Amino acid sequence: MTSTTLRHSIWILRGNPLTGVAATGVLLLILVAIFGPWIVPYDPIASNVQEALLPPSAAHIAGTDQLGRDVFSRLIVAARLDLAIAVSAVSISFVLGAVIGSFCGYAGGRLDRTVGRFVDVMMAFPLFVLAMAMVAALGNRVENIVIATAVINLPFYIRFARAEVNVRRNLGWVEAARACGESHISVVLRFLLPNILPAMAVQMSLNLGWAILNAAGLSFIGLGVKPPTPEWGIMVAEGARFISTGRWWLVAFPGLALMLAVLCFNLLGDGMRDILDPRMRT
Amino acid sequence: MSSLPALFGVLVFTFLLMRVLPGDPAVFFASGPNAGKEEVELIRKQMGLDKSVPEQLTLYLYDVGRGNLGRSMMTGQLVTKDLRERLPASLELTFTALLIALVSAVPLGVLAALKPGSIIDHGVRLFCALGVCVPTFVSGLLLIYVFYYLLGLAPDPTGRIDVFTSMPPSRTGFLMIDFLIAGDIDGWWAAFRQLILPALSMALFVIAPLARITRASMLVSLGSDFVRTARSVGLSWRHVVVTYALRNAILPVITIAGIVFSTMLGANVLVEKVFSWPGVASYALDALLSSDYAPVQGFVLLMASLFVLVNLTVDVCYGIADPRVSIE
Amino acid sequence: MTEPLLKIDNLHVSFSTRRGVVEAVRGVTLSVQEGEVLGLVGESGSGKSVTGFATTRLLDAAGRVTAGKILFRGQDVTKLSSDDLRHLRGAAMSMIFQNPRSALNPIRAVGQQIADAILTHKRMSKEAAHAEALELLRAVQIRDPERRMAAYPHELSGGMCQRVMIAIAISCNPALLIADEPTTGLDVTTQKVVMDLLAAIASARGMATILITHDLGLAARYCRRIVVMEQGRLVEEAAPRTLFNAPRHPYTKRLVAASPTASSRIEDLVPEEERGYVAIGDRPKPPPAPGTPPLLEVRKLAKRFDQGAAAVAEFSMTMAAGESVGLVGESGSGKSTTSRMICRLIDPSEGDIVFDGQSIGHVPARDFHRSPFRKDIQMVFQDPNESLNPRFTAFDCIAHPLMRLAGLRGGDALRQRVEECAQRVGLPADLLPRFPHQLSGGQKARVGIARAIACRPRLLVLDEPTAALDVSVQAVVLQLLDRLRREDDLALLFVSHDLNVVRMICGRTIVLRNGAIVEQGESRALFDNPKSDYTRELVAAIPNIEIETRRAAAAL
Repeated sequence: MTSTTLRHSIWILRGNPLTGVAATGVLLLILVAIFGPWIVPYDPIASNVQEALLPPSAAHIAGTDQLGRDVFSRLIVAARLDLAIAVSAVSISFVLGAVIGSFCGYAGGRLDRTVGRFVDVMMAFPLFVLAMAMVAALGNRVENIVIATAVINLPFYIRFARAEVNVRRNLGWVEAARACGESHISVVLRFLLPNILPAMAVQMSLNLGWAILNAAGLSFIGLGVKPPTPEWGIMVAEGARFISTGRWWLVAFPGLALMLAVLCFNLLGDGMRDILDPRMRT
Repeated sequence: MSSLPALFGVLVFTFLLMRVLPGDPAVFFASGPNAGKEEVELIRKQMGLDKSVPEQLTLYLYDVGRGNLGRSMMTGQLVTKDLRERLPASLELTFTALLIALVSAVPLGVLAALKPGSIIDHGVRLFCALGVCVPTFVSGLLLIYVFYYLLGLAPDPTGRIDVFTSMPPSRTGFLMIDFLIAGDIDGWWAAFRQLILPALSMALFVIAPLARITRASMLVSLGSDFVRTARSVGLSWRHVVVTYALRNAILPVITIAGIVFSTMLGANVLVEKVFSWPGVASYALDALLSSDYAPVQGFVLLMASLFVLVNLTVDVCYGIADPRVSIE
Repeated sequence: MTEPLLKIDNLHVSFSTRRGVVEAVRGVTLSVQEGEVLGLVGESGSGKSVTGFATTRLLDAAGRVTAGKILFRGQDVTKLSSDDLRHLRGAAMSMIFQNPRSALNPIRAVGQQIADAILTHKRMSKEAAHAEALELLRAVQIRDPERRMAAYPHELSGGMCQRVMIAIAISCNPALLIADEPTTGLDVTTQKVVMDLLAAIASARGMATILITHDLGLAARYCRRIVVMEQGRLVEEAAPRTLFNAPRHPYTKRLVAASPTASSRIEDLVPEEERGYVAIGDRPKPPPAPGTPPLLEVRKLAKRFDQGAAAVAEFSMTMAAGESVGLVGESGSGKSTTSRMICRLIDPSEGDIVFDGQSIGHVPARDFHRSPFRKDIQMVFQDPNESLNPRFTAFDCIAHPLMRLAGLRGGDALRQRVEECAQRVGLPADLLPRFPHQLSGGQKARVGIARAIACRPRLLVLDEPTAALDVSVQAVVLQLLDRLRREDDLALLFVSHDLNVVRMICGRTIVLRNGAIVEQGESRALFDNPKSDYTRELVAAIPNIEIETRRAAAAL
C-alpha cells in the first residue's frame, strides 16, 4: 500500500463515513468472535429453568430462552462459529475461483466458453437447494456446511475472475509483459491476478454476508450445527416456536445479529469498491 | 437449451446422493426398519443394487424417465404423487412473491435512477442495503409477530387455509385461482390472508437485488449515447424514459429475475418451514431430517426441472426483448 | 451582415467533479451564419465538444453554463424552458455524434428511430412517418432502404450507422447541424464518404453546420471558416488558407506544424524555435553489403482463427537493420495480427519468420519468452493508457524487461539503465516513481517506448503508437522514434491507419487489405503513384491540408 492509496482512503472515508462505520463494525465482529467466550456475562450453555423466557431486562439485556439461558451471551459466543463457517467457506471458493477463473479467462477458446456456460448455469440453479442436498449427501456436520457453502459460492468467483481477466487479457500491458519475457503462467499469476485481487476482495466482502446468511439458513432448517451449540440460525429456529405467543426477543436479537454482520460486510464491500475505483483517484 | 446438461448433471448428482448416503438404500425401501434380511436382499435385487454402478445409473435414469422416483417412508406414498400434490402450494407462493417483488422493485429502481441523489434514491438504496441483510426466516417470523400477535390482522400462520374454510374443487391447485373459479369470495379472502405474509417475507428478500439492478441499469441507460441522441432530436420525456431508456434497462432485469426466481425456489425451504406451508420444500425438508431420502432426491430433481423451465423462459423473454439475441 | 443564425457570446461552462469545479469553456464567442459551415478544431480538453453540447443544452448533469449567452435566432438557448427546448431540438438544431453505433438505440429498428424523430415534430400518421423515414434513408444513400428500415444497429456497419444518425438529425430539416467528431472511429475511406454525404446534404438543404473535430485536414476540406480552441478558449479564427499559411497564435502554429501533410518532413513537425535539438537531414544510409542477410524475413505467413476465414494469408516481406517499414490498412485488414505474429506473441498457422538468419517462426509463442531473440524484437502498444500495468510505477515498467531479459537484478546498475532509458525518450527522472494514472498520455507513451528500447532491441514493432494521442504529442513521439531509429540502427515496423504519418516516417510501405498484401514499395512512390485502385482510394481519402487549401484558394 502506498501513501497515495492511504491518503485516498482517508479522503474517501471522509466523504463516505458509512464505510468507516462498517469497517469498525467488522473489526468489532472479529474481536467478539475471538474474545467472545471470555467477555460474556453468563454461561451460554447452562440452563436455568426458573428464569426461562424472560423478556429483556437489566439482568438479561436480550432476555432468556426456553431453558433460561441468557440470549445475549449466546449471541456473543455464536459469533465465532458463524464467522468461522463463512470465512473458511468463502476463502476456499475465493482461492479456487480466482485461479480457475483467471486461467480460463486468459486462455479463452473452447475450454473457457464451456466453463463459462457451466458457471452461468450453476449460478441460476437454486443454490440453497444444492447446498441442502450436499449436506444431506456428505453428512450432517459443520465441515460439510463449509464445503457446501464453498461450492455454491464458487461459481461467483470463477465468473468474476474470468470476466475481470477477460477484459484485461488483450490490453497492451499484458502483451508487454510477454514481450518482456514472461511466460503465460507467470503473466496470469504475477500480473493478472494481483491486478484483479482488489476487485475480488470487494467481491469477497460482499460475498461473506451472503455466506453467513446461507450458513445460518442451513442451521435454521436443522442442518449442520446441532443444539445446544449457540449459533444464530439455530437460535432463530428455537425462538420460532415462541413467536406466536409474543416472545419476540428470541428471534429479533439473533436476527439483528445476523443482519448487522451482513450489513457491515456489505457496506464495507461497497466502500472498498469506491476506494479501488481508479476513476476517483487523484 | 444450455441448461439441459445441467439437468443431466443433477440427475447424476442425485444418483450419487443415493449411493453416497450413509446406510443401505435397500433398507429404506423395505417395509420398515424391522424387515427381515431376506426381504432386504430381495429389494436389493429388485432395485438392482447388486449390479455395477454404471448399470445402476442406467437403471436409475430409466426409472426417472418413467417417472418413478421411489416411495416415501414417511407418507408411504409414491414420491411423484406426494410432489404433485404439494407442488401447486409452493408455486403459488413463489409466483405471488415474485409478482410482489417485481411490481415493487422495478418502479422503485426506476424512480431512484430518475432522480439520483434525491430522497427517493437514498431511501431506495437504504432499503436495498437493509433488505439483503435480513434473512427470510427472520423477516417471516417478525412479520408473524407484528401482524398476527401484535395487530391480529393475519390469521394463524399455519398452512394455506384456516380450519373453518373448506377447500375449493381443485382445478389448477392454485387456491387463489380455484376459489375464483368456484366463485367463493370468502374462501378466496381466507386463502389470500394466509398467503400474503409468507409471500411478503419471501419478496422482501429479493426486492433489494431487483431494485438495485433496475436502478443501476436504468442509470447506465439514461447516461447512454442513444438516450442523448433521443434527447437531441427533442423526443418527449416520456418517450425517452420509457421507449428508449427503460426498454434497454429492463434487459439485465430479466436475467436477474431468472436468478431471483431460483433463489426463491431455495428460499421456499425456509419460508415453508416458518409458515408450515404444505409445499414440496417443507416435504423434502421433513424427509431429509428423518433420513427419508427418496423424497429429497425427487425434490432436487423437481427443482432442477423447474430451473430448466425458468432458464428457458428467461431465454425466450430475453430473445423477445433484445433483437441482438437470436433464438436458435 | 445579416443577423447570424447562432451567436455564442462569452460562454463559460464548468463541470462539478469530485475534484472540485473544472472550467471546461472559458469565454467563447463565435457566430454561425445561415447555411455556413464552421469548423471547431482543438485537441482533447480544448472544450470544443462541450461548446457543441452547451449549444443544444445536452451537457451531462455535472455540466453547467455559468456565464454567457447562446443566441439562436435571437433567442437565448440557455434560458429556454425544457418544453421550448424540446421543440427546438431536432426541429431547429440537431446533433450528429461520435461513435454512431452506440448513439443509436440498440433494440429499436433504425426506421422506427427515424420515425420517432419525425413524429416528435410533425403531425402525421405513423404510416406517413414511416414513408418519410424511408425517403430519408434513401437520401443518405443507404442501399436497399426498404430492407434496412427494419434493421437494428448491430446489423449495420459503422458507416451505415452514421448515415442513419445523419438521417435522424436532418429528419425535420433543422437550420443548424452540430457534428461532433462524426468520422472518428470510422475507416478512412468510409470517413470520406460519410463526410462528403454530410456536406452535400447540408448544402443542398441550406443547413448551417458546425463541424467539431481534432483533425485540421478534415476541417480544412469541408469548412469555409475555422475556429481553433485551446483549453476552453478560442485562440484563432480564420479561413483555412490563412490559418495554414499564416497562423498567428503560437498554439495554432504548433498545431499546424504538428499536423502531418503529404509533404511534411519529420523534423518540421515541431516549430524550429521549440525543437531543442538540431535536426539532422535524412542522410542516405550506405546500402548494406551484398550478401548480408536481411534482419527480418517473413515468408508466406498466414493466420486462421478457430474455424474462420484466414485473417492473414501469404504475407511475405523483408526488412534491413535501421529500416522503417509501414504496414497500412483499414480495420480488419490483418495488420495487428501480422504485427503480433512477427513479434512472436501469437503463432502463425503457416509460413516462417527468419530473424537474423535464424528461423523463429516455429518456436511456439508460448515458449518464445525463453528465446535469445526475445530481447531483440520488442513492441510498442497502441493505447498508452492501457499499455502500462496499473500496479507498476514508470520505473518498474522500464525495469521489467531489463530484469527479465538483460539479467539485471536491481541495485545501482538497474537504476542507472532505467534512468538512461528515460532520458533517451525524454522522460524526466522525477516522473519515474509515478503510477500510470498520474502520468499524461504523452508521458505514458514515452514510458512504453522506453520499456521497448530498454534492452536495445534490433526490431521494434509499433502498433498504432500514436493513434490515441493528440497531434502535438504525436509529433514529438514520431520525432523521438525516428531519432532512436537513426541512433541505434533500429528497424521499425510501423503499423498504422494514418497514411500521412506512415509516408513521413517510413521509407517503405506495405498496404494490406483483408489479410493480403495489395501493394508495397517506396513510400513516396507508392503514395504519389499508387498502382492499385485500393491504394488510390486510400490516398484520395486522406484529408490533406495543402491540397485542401490550394483547392480553397482556387475557389475564391
